[in-house]
Amino acid sequence: MAGGTASSGGTAADTYKNARPWLLLPAWAFLGVFVLAPVFMMLVYSFLTKEFRGGVIWEFSTAAYDQFFFNRGLFGDEPPTIEWTYIAIFWRSIWQAATATLMALLIGFPTAYFIATRPEKLRPMWVFLITIPYWVNLLIRTVSMKFMLRDNGPINDFLVGTGLINEPITIINTNFAVQLGLFYSYLPFMVLPIYASVERYNFSLSEAAADLYASKWVTLRRILLPAVKPGVVAGCILVFVPSLGSFLAPDLLGGAKNFMIGSLIEEQFKGNAGNWPFGAAASMVLLTMVLILLLIFARQQARAQKGTG
Amino acid sequence: MSDSRKIAIDVRGAVKRYGDFTALNTVSLSIYDNEFFTLLGPSGCGKTTLLRMIAGFEEVTEGAIFLFGDEIADLPPNKRPVNTVFQNYALFPQMTVLDNVAFGLEMRGQSRPESRRAAGEMLELVQLSDFASRRPAQLSGGQQQRVALARALAPKPKVLLLDEPLSALDLKLRKAMQMELKHLQRETGITFIFVTHDQEEALTMSDRIAVMSAGALQQLGAARDIYERPHNMFVADFIGETNLLEVTVREVRDGRAICSLGGGHILSGKSDQEVRIGARVHISVRPERLFMSDAPTDAEGLRGRVRENIFAGTDITTLVDLDEGPNLVVRTSNSDRGNKRIFEPGSAVYVNMEQEAARLLMD
Repeated sequence: MAGGTASSGGTAADTYKNARPWLLLPAWAFLGVFVLAPVFMMLVYSFLTKEFRGGVIWEFSTAAYDQFFFNRGLFGDEPPTIEWTYIAIFWRSIWQAATATLMALLIGFPTAYFIATRPEKLRPMWVFLITIPYWVNLLIRTVSMKFMLRDNGPINDFLVGTGLINEPITIINTNFAVQLGLFYSYLPFMVLPIYASVERYNFSLSEAAADLYASKWVTLRRILLPAVKPGVVAGCILVFVPSLGSFLAPDLLGGAKNFMIGSLIEEQFKGNAGNWPFGAAASMVLLTMVLILLLIFARQQARAQKGTG
Repeated sequence: MSDSRKIAIDVRGAVKRYGDFTALNTVSLSIYDNEFFTLLGPSGCGKTTLLRMIAGFEEVTEGAIFLFGDEIADLPPNKRPVNTVFQNYALFPQMTVLDNVAFGLEMRGQSRPESRRAAGEMLELVQLSDFASRRPAQLSGGQQQRVALARALAPKPKVLLLDEPLSALDLKLRKAMQMELKHLQRETGITFIFVTHDQEEALTMSDRIAVMSAGALQQLGAARDIYERPHNMFVADFIGETNLLEVTVREVRDGRAICSLGGGHILSGKSDQEVRIGARVHISVRPERLFMSDAPTDAEGLRGRVRENIFAGTDITTLVDLDEGPNLVVRTSNSDRGNKRIFEPGSAVYVNMEQEAARLLMD
């Protein structure tokens, strides 16, 4: 773990640590106006009544949440049963985001390890290469991915052309296409934090493990992974959270069947067909879920830190 | 040091190249079983490279390394029955002290309780039993050093490799650890290969020392041997302090070379090597083998003037400017004050050398 050094106080870092809280003022102001206020607005909207052409009527109502969680029949007069439609969309979103995160981890970890073990002078170049695709707008990248994955797109053409397959495989409009899209969108957020922690890793620990008869696999599992865990966890959060609420990849690559929570929310605010309170309520449910996940994680980290002393 | 002793490590013609750079140039040496052996040299001399080749962290470009007769150069580190104490200790930060020490035993297939019990015994040996459940970061540098030592000794390696293990400790602690290491080596009977750039440390601890420079072995021998009979200028200069006088060989008589210094002075020195008449060579003599007098004691006394006396606890160092030739350093032990005189700065003196102490060096 990164921490654990016993400082005896009186260092320059200590002197500077608690000084100048006003340095954070601009950040707090920004967060207040552009993050906290909008979130609060969403919270308020989710408890208002919907206006049919978009917008809200300022009248308290729990209808949005009711619609999200309960089914009261076509005319709303039957006894409530659990409404599975949106919970299913939520569940699918979590599944898609988790799969994309796992893919990013499986490809991102070796990549990060590779970069961190290059000669020091070459590392910035490798990091730079990782970021190059992300200079292109996300929408354009996702659209080009759609072209690549089409039934008569380059990938299928190649596979059919080489005789590996006889007929094009359907990739587009499947769960897998969405997972690929999400994975591709957020891969650098996995690579960079892992790279940062592997770069700080003391490789003589791996040598010490090998010296003490540990195989490469045991060294990875018992020495390297625990040491770079903070980077791995940060990478997973940075990929999972935006994947969960993403709507570009599911919209463009997943088609109507593979709807995710981000698309559901997006639709409620688009055009005249939307339902703002419902969109706001879905956002609040999403936000609550992410916060709970982060809290569980922070708890665990704190416990692990305590163990390290 | 008879050759009938068992050889623990046999390095034969070992070469290590990184691209165009040769880190180790055809080194051959044998290290005996149960020996405290030191690889000594300045940084970049190849001593750590050689140690890492024995441990298996560096591949051998050319040559072979044998461990008790078995070729090990192609074995990965985790298949070699040798253990290392690393310079920065490399203790596993997320494990307790006890788990650190038990790690090697566990990897060798011992059960968890069994390896923990043996690790506990090792901690007793290095007097850290009370710290078994701490994390490495909670220990002082000296304690971490002892944990690293216990961890490397726990699997009972055939050879223990120590890569400048004391360099991060302060002087007092280092002296204490030197004694402790020497003691541990005797007690365990394990061959220690110790890497250091500190010649004093090497002289204190080692049975034998290999002096290295520029990727090559310069001299191999017992500590006393290397100090008193250096083979070349590098060894004479690197081990301890020495006075070097550039001279020309005039004649060789009874194994002594009679040489001339500037100004008609005659000096003689012993040499193990063949000497050519007329060659420019150096005579090396240790400061403590010089003494001063106000009249010449023999024909070889060098005339000069005392510049400065430096008091350093156990001895006094005198700098003498010779009338002809370089400046000399003369060291007089405080316990020797009865026989050897100290002169005030500015006094004219003769500097004399003990006959056996002057060594002729070719390069």
